[in-house]
Amino acid sequence: MTELSTNTPKPRDVSAIVTAGLAKRYAAERRFRAFGIAAIAIAVAFVALLFSSIIGNGYTVFVQTHMRLDVELSADAIDPKGTRDATVLARGDYAGLVKGALRERFADVKKRRDKRKLHGLASQGASYDLRNMVLADPNLIGQRISVWLPVSDDADMLIKGHIPRHTGEGSRRISDKEIAWLDALAEAGDLETQFNVRFFTSGDSREPELAGIWGAVVGSALTLLVTIALAFPSGVATAVYLEEFAPRNRWTDLIEVNINNLAAVPSIVFGLLGLAVFLNFFGMPRSAPVVGGFVLAIMTLPTIIIAGRVALTSVPPSVREAAYGLGASPVQAVFHHVLPLAMPGMLTGAIIGMARALGETAPLLMIGMVAFIVDIPGSFTDPSTVLPVQVYLWADSPERAFMEKTSAAIMVLLAFLIVMNGAAVYLRKKFEVRW
Amino acid sequence: MFRENMEADVTFDSDDAGRFDPDTDDAYSSTEEMAVVESPPKIISRGVDVFYGDTQALFGVDIDIRPNEVTALIGPSGCGKSTFLRCLNRMNDIIDGCSVRGSITLDGRDIYAKSVDTVHLRARVGMVFQKPNPFPKSVYDNVAYGPKIHGLATDKDDLDAIVHSSLERAGLLDEVKDRLHEPGTGLSGGQQQRLCIARAIAVEPEVILMDEPCSALDPIATSKIEDLIDEMRNNYTIVIVTHNMQQAARVSQRTAFFHLGKMIEYGHTDTIFTNPNEVRTRDYITGRFG
Ligand SMILES: Nc1ncnc2c1ncn2[C@@H]1O[C@H](COP(=O)(O)OP(=O)(O)OP(=O)(O)O)[C@@H](O)[C@H]1O
Ligand SMILES: [Mg+2]
Repeated sequence: MTELSTNTPKPRDVSAIVTAGLAKRYAAERRFRAFGIAAIAIAVAFVALLFSSIIGNGYTVFVQTHMRLDVELSADAIDPKGTRDATVLARGDYAGLVKGALRERFADVKKRRDKRKLHGLASQGASYDLRNMVLADPNLIGQRISVWLPVSDDADMLIKGHIPRHTGEGSRRISDKEIAWLDALAEAGDLETQFNVRFFTSGDSREPELAGIWGAVVGSALTLLVTIALAFPSGVATAVYLEEFAPRNRWTDLIEVNINNLAAVPSIVFGLLGLAVFLNFFGMPRSAPVVGGFVLAIMTLPTIIIAGRVALTSVPPSVREAAYGLGASPVQAVFHHVLPLAMPGMLTGAIIGMARALGETAPLLMIGMVAFIVDIPGSFTDPSTVLPVQVYLWADSPERAFMEKTSAAIMVLLAFLIVMNGAAVYLRKKFEVRW
Repeated sequence: MFRENMEADVTFDSDDAGRFDPDTDDAYSSTEEMAVVESPPKIISRGVDVFYGDTQALFGVDIDIRPNEVTALIGPSGCGKSTFLRCLNRMNDIIDGCSVRGSITLDGRDIYAKSVDTVHLRARVGMVFQKPNPFPKSVYDNVAYGPKIHGLATDKDDLDAIVHSSLERAGLLDEVKDRLHEPGTGLSGGQQQRLCIARAIAVEPEVILMDEPCSALDPIATSKIEDLIDEMRNNYTIVIVTHNMQQAARVSQRTAFFHLGKMIEYGHTDTIFTNPNEVRTRDYITGRFG
């Protein structure tokens, strides 16, 4: 230090001083890098743990155990009068047919209680599948067909190995007899796991093996469409107005403080607001994606506004000067030059807000989107649920098979998120201006 | 004291003795045939004070800027040259907390009057900035932007013609005619600056303000721009800020010397460079301070 401040003309060996300090500088750099790598490693480990536990629990949902039965599609049970009218066909006793086929297969089962157990091997979905087949092709009536039908959730869990076979009979939901029947089917090659189409195409159900995620996916998509359609334009407009046009005074300061505060308000408060305003005051429908979208839009608005303002301030002032210098009006300067450059940043903010909205449950509980809904929503006003709420509902159900569904729903939620982020990256690349 | 200088200007005679002798004397002599009959000033500034918040950056600046002349503003860094230049097309309006007092007239009309529209004013008074700032768009779109927003082109062909002639006059056409649709920001620094000049003249302004247009350029690009400025003088009124004394001497007819926010001396470039009234001017020009 003293050497630095003296004015003596004596030449110093700068090179030696720099060399002496180099080791220290590089050590600092190595340390910093080590910390960074350690942090990333820990994060990756946790993500891997999370993913492996979710996927480990949930991957079996993509298949469903089916058994092959020979079913006599007797006209007596389906269409005794031979009208071939669709409403009559739809009301036929298909469950009885499935039961009959099972009894025929295991003809030695005589006791009533055992018979009931035997009937329980087939899922309720088996009769739905039969009905759909007959509706699609009424000529099947009177024929004897060999079909693959879904088994019940307990049987499915056993085959997938989620229910241990070797514990005492009393401590599992499936009896030794049922196991024996299933083994007999398996031995005959009449039991196999098939791709679970139903999970991806149907709505919720009380029966785990019939429950699907599609209703929640559609509900989430509809809700997010409403959210982005409302929040993005108004958020961008607010950011542009506050940043580029609004005078700096006490009012705009107040607005700014309020926006920043809103970003930190717990989401359930927005749900209560939605309940009070949209449902009670405006009388909008309960459990509807449109109301969910409104609530989530209000919730994400502050995020989009704040990100938008940051994006606008980071546009170099020389661009504004150039535009004004040519005689562009303020609106032209903003819309022709500043906004396009701020767009990628604004999209990033919007996508962060959307991702948060996608994962939000609490405010939606308040407006009734937590209901058990079997039908797939067809419009913005149909009752529906969303993915995180579906996760919550399934996680709350006692059946072992719903545990598998829960993990699978989380996987679908993550896939949804990845698709959304992918779209955002694509859009950002498209809007990005290379200097 | 400014008044005196200005009176002196009016009686200026182009055969004034003792010319300043920069290294290249022919560039200088080409500006010699100046109009002997003075036309009325294009821009008149009287008592212009500028404040950035509470700090005053300009103190009572009085200048008459004459049409079809190049007026150079010189002075040490931070003396307020850019500030004054920005007053002339009200670019200071977009700086928060900047306020302007005094009067500036363009063709006899106060440009700070309530009725004046800044969009209209800036279409008449164009600007080239110190740092080249092309839009991150194609070369073509950069030049076409001004004519487009002001509705100067009737159709696509007309716009093409404006773009080509502007680039031509800025001496850039040959270099960019094959890459009109590539980004303007991909050009070299000197080309970008000429692009900005082309963009400014595409609007056909009456006055062009240039803030150190050559500060980032090599001597060849600089001389191209100086030639351009000299040629543009026939059609436009030009005000240029420069730190390069030779440049001021080469391209300008009049020179104003600023120091610490005050305009110290204003007059014919010859007079300022050869026989200034003020000691500070002489010291600055001869490089004794600044
Ligand atoms: N936006 C601003 N806000 C506050 N003060 C400013 C601003 N712009 C300029 N100033 C101040 O005004 C004074 C004059 O600045 P100006 O930019 O006009 O100087 P200049 O003569 O152009 O200098 P240079 O030759 O370095 O460009 C300086 O003291 C500067 O700090
Ligand atoms: Mg400057």
